[in-house]
Amino acid sequence: MNGSALHSAREVAANRRQAGHTSMFLRMLVRAAVLRRGRAASALFAMIVAAAVTTAMLNLYVDVQAKLRREFRNYGANIIVVGKDGAALPAGAQAQVESALAGRGVVGPFALVVARTSDGQPIAVAGTDFERVKQLDHWWSVSGWPSASGQALVGVRALPTVSARNQPFDLSFQGHTVHLTPAGTVQTGGAEDSRIYLPLPDFVSWTGVQPSTIEVSASGSPEEITAIMKQLAAAIPASDVRPVRQIMEGEARVLGKTRATLLAAVALIILTAALCVLSTLMGWVFDRRRDFAIMKALGASDRLLNGFFATEAATLGATGAVIGFLLGIGIAAWIGRVNFHAPVVPRFSVLPFVLAGSIVVTLLAAIIPMSLLRHLQPAAILRGE
Amino acid sequence: MFVRLVYESFRRQKRRKLLAAAAITLGVTVATAMIAVATDIGDKINRELRTIGANLLITPQEDTLDVEMGGVNLKPPSDGAYLNEADLPKIKGTFWHNNITAFAPMLPVNVSLLQYGKSESVTLLGTYFAQRVAYGKEEFTTGVRSTFPWWKVAGAWPSDSSRDVLVGDRLAARLSAKAGDDVTLSGRTLRVSGILSTGGNEDDQIVAPIALAQEILGKPGAVRRVYVSALTKPEDAFARRDPESMSGAVYDRWYCSPYPQSIAFQLMEAIPHSHAEQIRQVAQNEGAVLTRIEGLIFLVTLAALFASALAVSAAMATAIFERRAEVGLMKALGAGRIAVASVFFAEATLLALIGGLSGFAAGGLLAQQIGRSIFNTQITIAPVLLPVILAIAVIVTFAGSAVAVRRAVRMDPVFALRGEA
Repeated sequence: MNGSALHSAREVAANRRQAGHTSMFLRMLVRAAVLRRGRAASALFAMIVAAAVTTAMLNLYVDVQAKLRREFRNYGANIIVVGKDGAALPAGAQAQVESALAGRGVVGPFALVVARTSDGQPIAVAGTDFERVKQLDHWWSVSGWPSASGQALVGVRALPTVSARNQPFDLSFQGHTVHLTPAGTVQTGGAEDSRIYLPLPDFVSWTGVQPSTIEVSASGSPEEITAIMKQLAAAIPASDVRPVRQIMEGEARVLGKTRATLLAAVALIILTAALCVLSTLMGWVFDRRRDFAIMKALGASDRLLNGFFATEAATLGATGAVIGFLLGIGIAAWIGRVNFHAPVVPRFSVLPFVLAGSIVVTLLAAIIPMSLLRHLQPAAILRGE
Repeated sequence: MFVRLVYESFRRQKRRKLLAAAAITLGVTVATAMIAVATDIGDKINRELRTIGANLLITPQEDTLDVEMGGVNLKPPSDGAYLNEADLPKIKGTFWHNNITAFAPMLPVNVSLLQYGKSESVTLLGTYFAQRVAYGKEEFTTGVRSTFPWWKVAGAWPSDSSRDVLVGDRLAARLSAKAGDDVTLSGRTLRVSGILSTGGNEDDQIVAPIALAQEILGKPGAVRRVYVSALTKPEDAFARRDPESMSGAVYDRWYCSPYPQSIAFQLMEAIPHSHAEQIRQVAQNEGAVLTRIEGLIFLVTLAALFASALAVSAAMATAIFERRAEVGLMKALGAGRIAVASVFFAEATLLALIGGLSGFAAGGLLAQQIGRSIFNTQITIAPVLLPVILAIAVIVTFAGSAVAVRRAVRMDPVFALRGEA
């Protein structure tokens, strides 16, 4: 109270009354928590666990779409860029696709011709960038990737046609012959099994044919992918940009169903957690009807009592929510690491919801027993009736 | 006396018992519904993943090399071996026939398309649209409509017994053909019933009933390849082992697991002179997606079980704590700790059984509701789960009561009766 000499006696009295009020209120709050440690701790514990579970579930729900989308990218390309009417793509198309994509996916170029083996059999030969294919087509089962010029990746069904016992072989296309060593075989169960793959520079210098197809595995939501397709079509006017509907529709369906199931589960869990907190806290408040009766008998107004119990509940709710939030982030990160091998990113946007939800639940837990007690005479409560 | 104590406690404290029972019911409902969803989610998501298309491909064993470019097979039409259409129903006779959701035979034929007096070579793909196939007494409908659900038709799907065709949408744009038009293919005039859009090579092709393709090729009953859509189990190291090298019991276990490899093996046994293989793009990835989603729902189910256990314990602890005075009275009248505890545990068991039963029923309904609204199919709950759920309910209720009961029986009756505990 600095400079009290300047104040009139009245002001000092008013100040003191105010200070006394505040400190008494605080003391009641703190002592109530300290003296009844066991009960207060169990209520706080319930609150923390409920907030932690809620945070973890909400975090997971928000993040699961991104996590599953990443899994679906293993299905390979969801956009295919081809030259209009089967023509080769213009030179530099790959660079244009990459710049339009700006790191939001993987790009793989493919060029295809029909060549002849040394005994005149036709065979499909493709040129590609193996480093890209490794990232794009995870399902290729390859016994050895070509690492140098002059090496080829041979489809399992094509192998007997061109090379018995992994011998080097010759292929010819429009009078030009190329000598190749098989580096390994590729098995996919699809058209790739009947083809021979060469490194793109070898392929182009041999055949003079530029890539006609660029496979793009773009990441993002359906809207983002549609936007990427529009950008690609605008960037390379001489191309036909097609979605791989099979992959995109399957992905959308599975993601939608998973998210809906998760939403139902999350709603159930949050409801259960809230009810758990509600019943624990109601028990706690109801248990303190004696405190309530004594305060009332000593002349506390209804407003003060309401304020006291509401503040207590809100403090408990907020404390529990913050601790629970931190715990929940940890749980979500752990689930992410165990199940998706990538931690779930903490979403601080979830915090306000958890905080508000916790405070609402704790306030409800305080108000319900209060409204029941209000009609009782303090004397009756104190006599244990 | 013991029975009367428990009975009277239920009769006189209806409101409290109702509250405790409601908490247990709620907990068991959530637990049951989540367990039901978790045990069934694998199958449900597996079926959804089938929308990505076939995961197995059957080809003739002695097939020559495909020379395919941009969806056009450059292999001479006389080349190569064929499967026999009459063998196809045997697919439904394999061990895992219930896991085979659909199949579609394919027979590509090169035809000349006459347009404005010019002739152009296009591929005509013969297949089943929604053909009725009978194996033994079993009848089922299969074809591209169920194998490739993303195929879309503007107009009508042709009937498998008709001579109508679908024209791929890029080809149709080139020909400016639309549903209801006629096209002339290798001297036959055929009606276009619709325009097909697949996003794949079929967009440049004509798709027709398989009988028409066989007629054009002049090989009745010929099939080039069969796409099979099967529900499979994610592949593991055991799945990749060579069946030739296995001993009897191990081989049986491998044969009776729905791995892509073992289903392919059975398809080869069923169809003479065939080679079946998984389409790795589909088969490999669905295993990964399925494992992730199952793992996710499993962990969420654990969280649900934990939350419901907590809710039940909290309700029980509160209920017992409120009855301190009663405990004090019992003890003052000479009841031992064991007698007091057994009254509470008997009550808890009774509550757990009541709450468990009603919760099981409610949980079953909830699971069904989730199944219907999300997957459009039933999630049935195995009756085997009932004893498991009841046991869990009793254990959780006991555990929830234990701390509170311990505190109650240790209390000095004097303090308890004076309400000072």
